[in-house]
Amino acid sequence: MSILNKTIGESAGRLDAWRGLEGGVWQTAVDVNDFLGLNLTPYTGAAAFLAEPTEATRQLWSQVLALMKQERENGGVLDVDTETVSTITSHGAGYIDEALEKIVGLQTDAPLKRSIQPFGGIRMAQDACEAYGYKLPDEMVRTFTDIRKTHNQGVFDAYTAEMRLARKAAIITGLPDAYGRGRIIGDYRRAALYGVDRLIAAKQTDLTALEKDVMGEDVIRLREEVSEQIRALGELKAMAAAYGYDISGPATNAREAVQWLYFAYLAAIKEQNGAAMSLGRVSSFLDIYIERDLREGTLNEEQAQELIDHLVMKLRLVKFLRTPDYNELFSGDPTWVTESIGGMGKDGRTRVTKNSFRFLHTLYNLGPAPEPNLTVLWSTELPEGFKDYCAKVSVDTSSIQYENDDLMRPIYGDDYGIACCVSAMRIGQQMQFFGARANLAKALLYAINGGKDEKLGVQVGPELAPLTGEYLDYGQVMERYDEVLEWLSKLYVNTLNVIHYMHDKYSYERIEMALHDTEILRTMATGIAGLSVVADSLSAIKYAKVKPIRNEKGLAVDFEIEGDYPQFGNNDSRVDDMAVDLTDAFISKLRKRETYRGSMPTLSVLTITSNVVYGKKTGSTPDGRKAGEPFAPGANPMHGRDRKGALASLSSVAKLPYYNCLDGISNTFSIIPKALGREERTRVGNLVSLLDGYADKGGHHLNINVFNREQLLDAMEHPEQYPQLTIRVSGYAVNFIKLTREQQLDVINRTFHGTI
Amino acid sequence: MHHAGRIHSLETFGTVDGPGIRFVLFMQGCALQCAYCHNPDSWDTKGGRLMTVGEVLDEIEPYVPFYKRSGGGITVTGGEPTLQAPFVAELFEQCKERWGLHTALDSSGFCDPHHTERLLAATDLVLLDLKMIDRAGHEHLTTQPNDRILAFARHLSDAGVPMWIRRVLVPGWTDGMTELLALGEFIGGLRGVDKVEVLPYHRMGVYKWGQLGRAYRLEGVAEPSQAEVDRAYRLIGQGRRTAEVEAAIANL
Repeated sequence: MSILNKTIGESAGRLDAWRGLEGGVWQTAVDVNDFLGLNLTPYTGAAAFLAEPTEATRQLWSQVLALMKQERENGGVLDVDTETVSTITSHGAGYIDEALEKIVGLQTDAPLKRSIQPFGGIRMAQDACEAYGYKLPDEMVRTFTDIRKTHNQGVFDAYTAEMRLARKAAIITGLPDAYGRGRIIGDYRRAALYGVDRLIAAKQTDLTALEKDVMGEDVIRLREEVSEQIRALGELKAMAAAYGYDISGPATNAREAVQWLYFAYLAAIKEQNGAAMSLGRVSSFLDIYIERDLREGTLNEEQAQELIDHLVMKLRLVKFLRTPDYNELFSGDPTWVTESIGGMGKDGRTRVTKNSFRFLHTLYNLGPAPEPNLTVLWSTELPEGFKDYCAKVSVDTSSIQYENDDLMRPIYGDDYGIACCVSAMRIGQQMQFFGARANLAKALLYAINGGKDEKLGVQVGPELAPLTGEYLDYGQVMERYDEVLEWLSKLYVNTLNVIHYMHDKYSYERIEMALHDTEILRTMATGIAGLSVVADSLSAIKYAKVKPIRNEKGLAVDFEIEGDYPQFGNNDSRVDDMAVDLTDAFISKLRKRETYRGSMPTLSVLTITSNVVYGKKTGSTPDGRKAGEPFAPGANPMHGRDRKGALASLSSVAKLPYYNCLDGISNTFSIIPKALGREERTRVGNLVSLLDGYADKGGHHLNINVFNREQLLDAMEHPEQYPQLTIRVSGYAVNFIKLTREQQLDVINRTFHGTI
Repeated sequence: MHHAGRIHSLETFGTVDGPGIRFVLFMQGCALQCAYCHNPDSWDTKGGRLMTVGEVLDEIEPYVPFYKRSGGGITVTGGEPTLQAPFVAELFEQCKERWGLHTALDSSGFCDPHHTERLLAATDLVLLDLKMIDRAGHEHLTTQPNDRILAFARHLSDAGVPMWIRRVLVPGWTDGMTELLALGEFIGGLRGVDKVEVLPYHRMGVYKWGQLGRAYRLEGVAEPSQAEVDRAYRLIGQGRRTAEVEAAIANL
């Protein structure tokens, strides 16, 4: 088999690979979007053409399900290769069942066997091994402690005392200082369209252009990076060769296009265990190859679907070795293999193709699943047939999220993708420095308590005179809060500067960056947690009377509220404007700071599942939330406080301006099936109208869950009966049964629209 | 001119009380006390809070595009909305004048037709709950006889107002074979019935009875199964056909 594959690859000349395609700029420069614009076949019909899984798909998937069951029964990890440091070429070929696989390639030599990726930090790898009953060889620990420095060690060498304390107090948390930062999308399509040799040649040209008169630090760093990129591309070819494929030339048919693209992605996840390893926007790109094969009569619909089913199966097998601590923050073993689907082109034609449908259809052929993180770029202009299908898939599987293409397209053009949950970036032309999030609710308590941490009892923030009046005074609180936010924004950006300097130095994403242009836009992606807690707290202070209860040290540890106050989530501008102003104030402060590599500060309102941990680490707040209780996820209103129904709740969130929060505004919407309408047809129609309306109002992101609470309660009691039950949480999806019990309860306790 | 209404609550995303996505206004106050009521806190005619028509319109306005796009509109329910007919009439008139919204009235029908003339003129659809056809059974279930209700249904039929007839299916109470056949026959004699909906009884409002210190009369009654719901549809359909055949024979 491998000999046959080689022959195909070798005989495939460049002209042969590009036969029947509309020529353009893309042929002389690396420009995938030009290729897409010229060759895409928009599809405006309905879903009736879709095919069932083939026998090979069924067999293969049942094997994968059996492996996943073993993994669960084994405590969450099936196997670990502790002997090998993972690199692009570290492992030989691995298969699930070679005879059945149309698309091949695994991270190690066996499915679900996890690898050791120590460049981000050896401690993380060590702890993760120990948590699951494995042990790293002493020699490897010594290598990455005494001989080869890691990102984690570099960061802690440079962290200031203040940064360490802020981290400990959890005013800033989830920082990528002990693991891979992720949220970088390689343009994996380039491998298929051009073949690796052409990409190496382009990088070599760039390297030559970097022979500058003045060899300053920036030029030296970039020259080293481009050299590493070229080396990584060579390794990519070697990795593919181990599977019997020569990918130096472009892909000549659909199966090769899927395989080349997947190899490029596989190289990335073997090299990096980034927090989010997103795929980009590949479905409509691959459609061009499928359409050509269908035209030429070498492929039929069943075979086309089979290719996508097998690719998606591989994406569902992506695993990293993580610690239980990490899992507490980002529960359910997420990898954020985000694939962005749909959207509109700048020429007014839709970018929806038949292959957009095929990707969503995997949720039926293989059943619901959290990965890949299927993200529909929603526009009110999308074809109705596609809108209906998306809504149907949401109602049936709760496995997709929606992001507003009409909001993002004017900023990023028509070939951007989502990294992780809600972070948009131009594919191959833009990356971000992932910055986790700052806890703005805790910051408010610092403003009240003179910069002292309410949990640790020590000075963490700036020393301000504590507020001592019987009731909190709105003007006074705001004045202090402004000072705390000023301090926080400075500390936050400085901390991120340290992290990303070290990540570039010790854990550079060679292959992912090889699949980017050499000159790119970098953003400094900060985030905030606790937005609705702060908005409600400020509203309570302003519109009701809030009396702090102080402990013996004089710290406010609880609050008594007298009277009612407007709450975020009811489309009430008195409080909604406070939330808007808060994003405005914080991003304005961040924009004043000097950032690493001249990156552009952006802001997200996203918590993932960390809203539970943030809540745990934050004292009682003036809105009436008690110490330890979870925050609302992302930009959601607090549980049970949105009392006017879904549209009022959505409208409050939609007011948050995207230009303040260019790294995304996450909103999770849960509804019981009956509350969407009595008949299936009605549910689909109502959901489409809801999504169109939310997009029209300028809402950025929406997770859709359609569930009965009873079903989730039953799944808690009988997890074995719900192996594929998938729910969307802030920005991603998880297997419900893999959440910690606390997080399961948090999901169940949240607002479910439609309960009477 | 500007009436104030007693409002129990509002819901911006209603999808089960009429077509499309709807603004649902729950009025405060009801003359019936149905044993299965899931909003017993809406009975007291002195409860709720007062809102003017203008204030309610302000609550609707931000969501009008959702309602129009989905073929939805506004539904006023309760409590019993016809108890505050002049307020609801003005609200419906304004919704039509400003936005051309579709209007639906969700009523028990426990009212006099001449009190609702202006209201019905501004109503596109009536969601009429026929809780029981059997007179004694109705009184036992709701504390009131059903004569006015059935008369109101015939009035709507004569006036040509489109209706959706609804029946809450309570096992052992409202699901007897004779009862369901009679319901079908009654519906068969009405004009303008666009839809019949069987709503399975649910227990989600039971806790409110406890909160109000009231004894819950349906303790121990189970929610009906899908098979029981299907059976109800079948029997109602059978009754309707009987009535239609009888009407055809009478017209020969």
